[in-house]
Amino acid sequence: MAMTEPINNGRFGNFGGMFVPETLIPACQELEKAFKEAWGSEEFRNELSTLLKDYAGRPSPITECERISDELGYKVLLKREDLNHTGSHKINNVLGQALLAKSMGKTRLVAETGAGQHGVATATAAALFGMDCVVYMGEVDIERQKLNVFRMRLLGAEVRPALSGSRTLKDAINEAMRDWVATVEESHYCLGSVMGPHPYPWMVREFHRVIGLEAYSQCQDILGADPDVVTACVGGGSNALGIFSGFVETDAELIGVEPAGGAAVARGIPGVVHGSLSYLLQDEWGQVLEAESISAGLDYPGIGPEHAHLAETGRARYEKVNDKEVVEAFQLLSRTEGIIPALEPAHALAWMSREREYLSGKTVLLNLSGRGDKDATQMMEVLG
Amino acid sequence: MTPREEGIENTLLQAIADGRKCLVPYITGGFEGYLEAISAAAEAGANAIEIGIPFSDPVMDGPTIQAANDMVLSDGITPLQIINEIASLDVDIPLAVMTYYNVVYRFGLERFASNLSEAGISGIILPDLPLIEASSWKSAANTKNREAILLAAPTTTQEHLKKICDETRGFVYAVGLLGITGARKELAESAKIIASRCKEMTEKPVLVGVGIGTPDQAVKVSKVSDGCIVGSAIVQKLLDGGGPEAVGKLVSEFRLALDND
Ligand SMILES: Cc1ncc(COP(=O)(O)O)c(C=O)c1O
Repeated sequence: MAMTEPINNGRFGNFGGMFVPETLIPACQELEKAFKEAWGSEEFRNELSTLLKDYAGRPSPITECERISDELGYKVLLKREDLNHTGSHKINNVLGQALLAKSMGKTRLVAETGAGQHGVATATAAALFGMDCVVYMGEVDIERQKLNVFRMRLLGAEVRPALSGSRTLKDAINEAMRDWVATVEESHYCLGSVMGPHPYPWMVREFHRVIGLEAYSQCQDILGADPDVVTACVGGGSNALGIFSGFVETDAELIGVEPAGGAAVARGIPGVVHGSLSYLLQDEWGQVLEAESISAGLDYPGIGPEHAHLAETGRARYEKVNDKEVVEAFQLLSRTEGIIPALEPAHALAWMSREREYLSGKTVLLNLSGRGDKDATQMMEVLG
Repeated sequence: MTPREEGIENTLLQAIADGRKCLVPYITGGFEGYLEAISAAAEAGANAIEIGIPFSDPVMDGPTIQAANDMVLSDGITPLQIINEIASLDVDIPLAVMTYYNVVYRFGLERFASNLSEAGISGIILPDLPLIEASSWKSAANTKNREAILLAAPTTTQEHLKKICDETRGFVYAVGLLGITGARKELAESAKIIASRCKEMTEKPVLVGVGIGTPDQAVKVSKVSDGCIVGSAIVQKLLDGGGPEAVGKLVSEFRLALDND
């Protein structure tokens, strides 16, 4: 099985699509066309590669972790997306989209953000390219991610609170889409994960493919083989698809880890929200339920459509962990390796920690999607 | 056949043939007093009524309709409850519901169409289901002879607009501006433009919605279109506690303005 271009208006198997108001159809189609052209153009690719290298600091290294390997009883490798400029994998996608938006003549970037990492990355790209930037963020998340709110403002972005519904990521997406409907001529919606209407799930995955490509060849160098297991946390699922894309054609097991309170695959039913058909937490009437998680970046009731497809076909498996396990994993990596992870990838680590027996003797590659500075204030309260 | 059974397209075409402009008020289903408000609007001269079925994530709706939405949802009122209540409603103009696609998808396409049919609801508007994704729903609706009303936007290309006009049933819902529902101070330039683009393509009724909040705006846009849909201005009356009376009064002001023009 390969991760290829979706067919039939953005379908990955039974999932995906372009479920947006008619107003946005031309914008989505134009974006699809522009992305297809750009992705096939050597000039665009080179420009993006240069930015990723000289501005964002790619390639990110893989760290072989001795102490945590001893602790867990199997070999652990970390793909260090936490070392990218702005502190997470989000910058890969944002630089790609901003470059594309600029080439399409857009002057304004609109984004949603949960943990604030995508918002910070978008504000960063807007500053770099001299574009206007508005970031929608749930009121609840503004409170728990104060540092990132400050960073976005410092970078010149306007942060607007989403006050409706659960006042978290899902509502920030609603607000961003409403903004886009009204400003589609000058604005590009810089969506932060592998979700939304076609072409976003495909385009965002392609912009994160660099993670998987690098990781694959780094594993060849370090191990001389493929890892047995590749794991990542899943909110919308962009960092996971980035790393999975490098290993989907190997024999490696692919494991996505969701928060127990937002486990779209485990508890989800197919549904349509935010532009695509995928697994969704919803009630019997199709009302979308509010996810609940300690991590703002995973507090989302849906999942990208390609993950739904990978789950349905069995090529990837999705597991869930609770907040308590996450807090323990957050501390574990800090103490054993001197790396403070973001709460999001701490989910994948929490699964690794719980599954010591199953993983015994294997080699596990974890996508460390971001660093934990942003979570320090929140964790100070949790840990006392 | 009564007008309610006759359906939206036939009823509106008849009104147009009689030299009248079509007025379609929007009322949030499940909101306190909404059934009486529907009756009041019908009595005040509405040609058809659009009833909102609240959804948790209404991306095409602005603050007014969102607020009414949230009140209904927090009361735990379900889509089926609203459909069943409409079924027992005694009005003799055609009715449509407006909701978002996931409500229909979760309900089951065939089952939803058949419940609408049993409830005497003729039309349905799904603002997040564009034509390119609408084929399954359209065939389910057609099977039960329900009118799947399609939207056309100011950004819609000429070629695509033709398809929308060809495939819509009931009327063409011409979105008057780039943006979401909500009353605006001025009528957007784009309202008349999209209305005339649609009128050039079809004999079906063309109604403009989104951003029509005053009788004056209704009159202006209806010089080009066959009428309009009035949403937030009406829902605001309900939110302000004016009840069915205030809704009836506002609808008759629109009616009067459209008839006198
Ligand atoms: C560090 C980090 N990892 C992961 C995520 C979740 O996003 P995704 O599932 O798209 O990778 C976020 C989102 O904010 C994040 O900040």
